[in-house]
Amino acid sequence: MDRRNFLRKLGLGGFLVFVPGSLYAASSRYDYGNLLVLIELKGGNDGLNTVIPYADDEYYRLRPDIAIPRDQVLQLDERTGMHFSLKPLIALWQAKELAIIQGVGYPQPNLSHFRSIEIWDTASSSQEYLSEGWLSRVFASDPVPTRFAADGLVIGNQDLGPFSGGGTRAITLANTEQFLRQARLAGDTGLHVTNPALEHILKVENDIQQAASRLKGDYQFKTEFPATPFGNSLKNASQVIAGGGGVAAIKISLNGFDTHSGQPGTQQRLLGELAEGLVAFKSALNEVNCWNSTLIMTYAEFGRRPQQNLSHGTDHGTSNVHFMVGGKVKGGLYGPTPLLKQLDGNGNPAFGVDFRSLYATAVEKWWNLESRNILGGKFATLDVLQA
Amino acid sequence: MRLLFLFGLVLLPLQGRAAGMGYDEARLLLNRTGFAASENQVNEFAKLSREQAVERILRGARDMVVTAPPAWVNDPITPPRILRNLSPEERKTKRQEEIRKGIELRAWWLQEMIATPSPLTEKMTLFWHNHFVSSQQKVRYSKLMYQQNVLLRKYALGNFGELLHAVSKDPAMIVYLDSATNRKGHPNENFAREVMELFTLGEGHYTETDVKEAARAFTGWSIEPETGEFRWRPFFHDDGIKTVLHKSGNLEGDAVLDILLAQPDTADFIVAKMWREFIAPTPDPREVARIADQFRGSHYEIKIALRAILLSDAFYSQNNRALLIKSPVELVVGTLRQFDFSVPDALPFAFAAAQLGQNLFSPPNVKGWPGGEAWINSATLLARKQFLERLFRAQEMPQLMRTALKEKAKANGAGKLGMEQRERLVQAMEGIQFDADRWLSQFNVDPRAQAERLVLATAPVDRIDGHARGLELIREITRDPVYQLE
Repeated sequence: MDRRNFLRKLGLGGFLVFVPGSLYAASSRYDYGNLLVLIELKGGNDGLNTVIPYADDEYYRLRPDIAIPRDQVLQLDERTGMHFSLKPLIALWQAKELAIIQGVGYPQPNLSHFRSIEIWDTASSSQEYLSEGWLSRVFASDPVPTRFAADGLVIGNQDLGPFSGGGTRAITLANTEQFLRQARLAGDTGLHVTNPALEHILKVENDIQQAASRLKGDYQFKTEFPATPFGNSLKNASQVIAGGGGVAAIKISLNGFDTHSGQPGTQQRLLGELAEGLVAFKSALNEVNCWNSTLIMTYAEFGRRPQQNLSHGTDHGTSNVHFMVGGKVKGGLYGPTPLLKQLDGNGNPAFGVDFRSLYATAVEKWWNLESRNILGGKFATLDVLQA
Repeated sequence: MRLLFLFGLVLLPLQGRAAGMGYDEARLLLNRTGFAASENQVNEFAKLSREQAVERILRGARDMVVTAPPAWVNDPITPPRILRNLSPEERKTKRQEEIRKGIELRAWWLQEMIATPSPLTEKMTLFWHNHFVSSQQKVRYSKLMYQQNVLLRKYALGNFGELLHAVSKDPAMIVYLDSATNRKGHPNENFAREVMELFTLGEGHYTETDVKEAARAFTGWSIEPETGEFRWRPFFHDDGIKTVLHKSGNLEGDAVLDILLAQPDTADFIVAKMWREFIAPTPDPREVARIADQFRGSHYEIKIALRAILLSDAFYSQNNRALLIKSPVELVVGTLRQFDFSVPDALPFAFAAAQLGQNLFSPPNVKGWPGGEAWINSATLLARKQFLERLFRAQEMPQLMRTALKEKAKANGAGKLGMEQRERLVQAMEGIQFDADRWLSQFNVDPRAQAERLVLATAPVDRIDGHARGLELIREITRDPVYQLE
């Protein structure tokens, strides 16, 4: 008799479902041996200058000052190429471990940073307001094993994003060793209270205790990580992975993509950080044999408008390009190239791949779980992962 | 003895009701409108009626500071024209100078929060800083950030409409939301969008077309790069017909702001935000509508809205007690004020607040600090506990802090401190003083119970029935999770 049946027989099943925290929830259909790493390109990366339709004259017409010149584009095929500062990723591309998904978006796009990232974080539709992050819903429906240090780990930035709400055991840290040193300051009362603010604090204390008893942060890699905050976040992620304490998903942010003005220099630096970071991450995960059990996925609140503005920048747009990277990824180009001659009333191209298809792919193909109830509908998965 | 005393505590508020609001309500009112009131203040206010108490607090509002700002706020800025022609080395020096100024600015504001006779003034200035967000990360010039702070304080308890008009043309805001690059034929929608979404109406009460049209109306608002002052540039202004929220005409920026102020949504939005600041995270829509009506009826007098909030039944309801999580600034300034710390120089606390997640003058994005439960995650909760731990080891602190300095310096940009400021930091830490026994000596009946009643917003969780005395007792009380609440 499994735990759920046992509880049902006791007549407690219905009640216990509402108890937050996966400790009491039903057993899972999956052991979360595969790790999902989300990289948020905060501010809304300009996809059109990241993966470039360099053969399209319209691209150069829309961006007289900020287009990437054809001779600087890293050509992937006869019409699509990458920003030159993504050069480190060419090795991953050639190894067929980099999938590029173009035209990712959703119907009736919202152009506010906050609302749109909320839509992405909660996997809602444009008009729907959900309070729980999409990964929180996954973990509520299929709990992460209790022996895991945490359900989700947020490194660097403190925004819980897809881990917010629900009973998710989400740990936020900047540096694993520092976290372990400080953890002794947290109590573990195990008390139940009705004041929601106090309940939140007590839950965080308990999550800290559990994570601290299992995480390790002292692995010495041969790999050198870029000396940037993002590189440091990836280093900490690698150490947690190497330590084997167990987490189902990690979220890391790279900030600064809201390039309303002076975009070229800023984006060049940020994409360079992204590419160098990812290459180091792969190298580190290979050292500990975890590259094949890690799937990296980028996301952002939106892309940017094809027409440049007067400040050598771009304003908020809609559909965007995203990456999936990992040892089990089937590299290549996915999704439609942006149709720059068919922009909508706001000057944005139509999307071709719903962002929830990316999530459905992670949930169904990476974790072998059902995604329909999590995502509020059936979204087509992408054939982007090896079986 | 103890039993008798507790019995007395129960009776006290009942006795007080006829004459005044009583200890608990006075404590609540003072702490929600300020930073951790003292025992004397609470006792004094306990004798007043709610109306009298609220009037006294509102009357105390100021529009000036008591702490002198850094001298450089009067120096002219180095215009971009000159910055562009500097060598990379010189530019770096300038950048570091700006960072150091920014740190001094944070220290100055925290010092003012510690010293001010009107904590409400600073609390509201901070409220508007988190509403009309600008960040030094983008604005760069510390002087402009200072000037915006002065402006927010000037209107902190004044008129919201005037504040909206003034802050929209504030140079730091012009830079932060790209108004200077919003030009006829090449609109930049940043300000137009945020003024509707975050400053007035709230998400969902306007259309994308309204944003585009409003952006055209705001064209021409700019700054003078030589001085950093607001400048109207008619040449860049789009003087065609625009339609914003069904109002058409050759609208310019101020007209659009007036259209936004005429929408009932604006009053609702601001009052709901004040509710979350002063009462509880979930506003009561009917009460918000009632107070918003008064607010709009008064043409947006902030004191009218605040008075209604502070006199509402919900404010004093037992159901709404201890539901607010202290912001890092409230925790830091509140602790320093609560325990009578002597702080000759608040510089170290600029770093402390940043480490806890609230770097003044640098909110994370245009929406500001989300606040509430978002203040507390595993990283910030541990940082809060460590901060208190170190603070109350005042005697050991200089050494401890010195050791921690390197680590902190890296995390918060103090690595860019010059020698002078580094020395100032060490001196500032050595100047921090605190006398636990003297502080506790004001409680003569049952120091633990009395201190808990003053310091904690509700009963402690970790009921350690210990025999802790003096500093140990204070550390025990502040270590309780309830200390994070107000």
